Amino acid sequence: MTPVFHQYELGFIWPELLMACGAMLLLVIGVFMKEPKAYRFVLSLSVLLVAATAYFCIKSIGVNPQELFNGFLTINNLTQSGKLLVITGILFSLLLMNKSAEHEGFARFEVPVLLLLAGTGMMLMISASNLLGLYVGLELQSLCLYVLAAIRRDNVRAAEAGLKYFVLGALSSGLLLFGISLLYGIAGSTDYEYIEMFLAKNPVQDIALTLALVFVLAGLAFKISAVPFHMWTPDVYEGAPTTITAIFAMVPKIAAIILIMRLVSEPLALAVSEWQQILIFLAGASMLVGAVAGVVQTNIKRLLAYSSIGNMGYALLGIIAGTQAGMSATLVYMLLYMVMTAGLFAVILQLYKDGVIIEKIEDFAGLGKRYPVFALAITLVLFSIAGIPPLAGFFGKMVVFNAAVASGHIALAIFGVLTSVVAAYYYLRIIKVMYFETAENHVAILRSLSACFVLVVTLAVIAGFVFAPDHIFIFARDALALPAR
Amino acid sequence: MEIALSHYLILAGILFTMGVFGIFLNRKNVIVILMSVELMLLAVNINFVAFSTWLNDINGQVFTLFILTVAAAEAAIGLAILVVFFRNKGSIAVEDISELKG
Repeated sequence: MTPVFHQYELGFIWPELLMACGAMLLLVIGVFMKEPKAYRFVLSLSVLLVAATAYFCIKSIGVNPQELFNGFLTINNLTQSGKLLVITGILFSLLLMNKSAEHEGFARFEVPVLLLLAGTGMMLMISASNLLGLYVGLELQSLCLYVLAAIRRDNVRAAEAGLKYFVLGALSSGLLLFGISLLYGIAGSTDYEYIEMFLAKNPVQDIALTLALVFVLAGLAFKISAVPFHMWTPDVYEGAPTTITAIFAMVPKIAAIILIMRLVSEPLALAVSEWQQILIFLAGASMLVGAVAGVVQTNIKRLLAYSSIGNMGYALLGIIAGTQAGMSATLVYMLLYMVMTAGLFAVILQLYKDGVIIEKIEDFAGLGKRYPVFALAITLVLFSIAGIPPLAGFFGKMVVFNAAVASGHIALAIFGVLTSVVAAYYYLRIIKVMYFETAENHVAILRSLSACFVLVVTLAVIAGFVFAPDHIFIFARDALALPAR
Repeated sequence: MEIALSHYLILAGILFTMGVFGIFLNRKNVIVILMSVELMLLAVNINFVAFSTWLNDINGQVFTLFILTVAAAEAAIGLAILVVFFRNKGSIAVEDISELKG
């Protein structure tokens, strides 16, 4: 079989091409300009670039599924919708970073460029239909994120966060690769379709397959910070500058969750019992640790780290269900999770105390009196994350629990409900501190127009979801309604 | 004695385990951790090349080349972050990576 290259195939990867070439072009532009002008210029251009990428992505939703470059990339509704989510997350991150990166002292043009390159990696790994493409995309994403974590070179905590993220990230890629190598040895190819066909012909009850799956899923569990592979999350969230923490909380996890969705529904579709067991364990442990360990935190970033660990547990519920409804529930959940996180960080990144962004929960004290509008915004977002109806977060949780119950994982769903009640405690505590505690040393707001814009958009989604939920549900359903491959 | 596929796999398995334990049991120096990561990736490469020969399929060896390339990039970034850490902390001992706890 000789590989053939058709030029028309390039037309299907406009989003990736645009983002990769645009990022490199912006890098060159940035080199020829002086800071801080370079940062602002490159940032605004990258917002435009990301918007253009989103446009091409939206345009490609609904086209017939395509196998490109001899089966190396797949384009279908799921990949394109996933990419759209990632791109939206990156757009939010860029808008949030605008002012806060300057206040935190790392306003360099490399930051948006690195974010764009990470986005390219995420889009590639979502689209990959070969384990090689998966690995390369994942590494492109991870390598950029390691650098972003340590971007504040003069700060020992940021450097340590970067170092920890790097070491554990490298370990996870090692585990993933070992799993991939075993999978290659078992199936004889790294191609998704070939692996699926192989598993259809030889229903392996083999220990080797289980071992390979454990390694692959362990490697990916690191990326979504599922327990027991979550150790890096609180430290990295705390040590990295808050602007970068916002990125970590929003973007990479969506890509990794969609990657897992594609893996379990395409190459590993017939090894259900193997991957389901592993994911059930990951989800249960994540929900438990996310809820219990968050209770004792005093640092808002560590708290959000545990919150995100718990949320990944809920997101996995839909994947465990294994049905189309379950997967689209996960997609809805990830979308709402991203929006809520963006809203929360849009507020936090504008709150300063003594010239630095607040980190302690007690710093929220007195906010309710001094800035009632901001306090109300945080309250809405936190109520939504805690899952209080009629806000969006409630429906996100409802659909994943529904999916889990419908597929017979009732115990796991009940466990999820219980842990989400525990987790509600720490979200509500922030609200309590905000309204009922007073502080002599008040926080100040350094307003950022772009962050306010993100806040308004997210609040509109959170509060307006109940009036027009169809859009998001239809988006998620269409994403999973795969025509025959 | 003929060297079969299983010998290569056992060798790769041993090297990989050594890499993983090197990361977790190492109490001294971060450079050793970087070396352990490298060891893990090379163990995977042995796996790929062995399977590639055994399956008579070139893709495994192509994968190896990609892993080598990515490993080089990873080492470059890892060392850069390590230098940043050293500048701030004045040490690269594992026990000094202790600012963030909770």
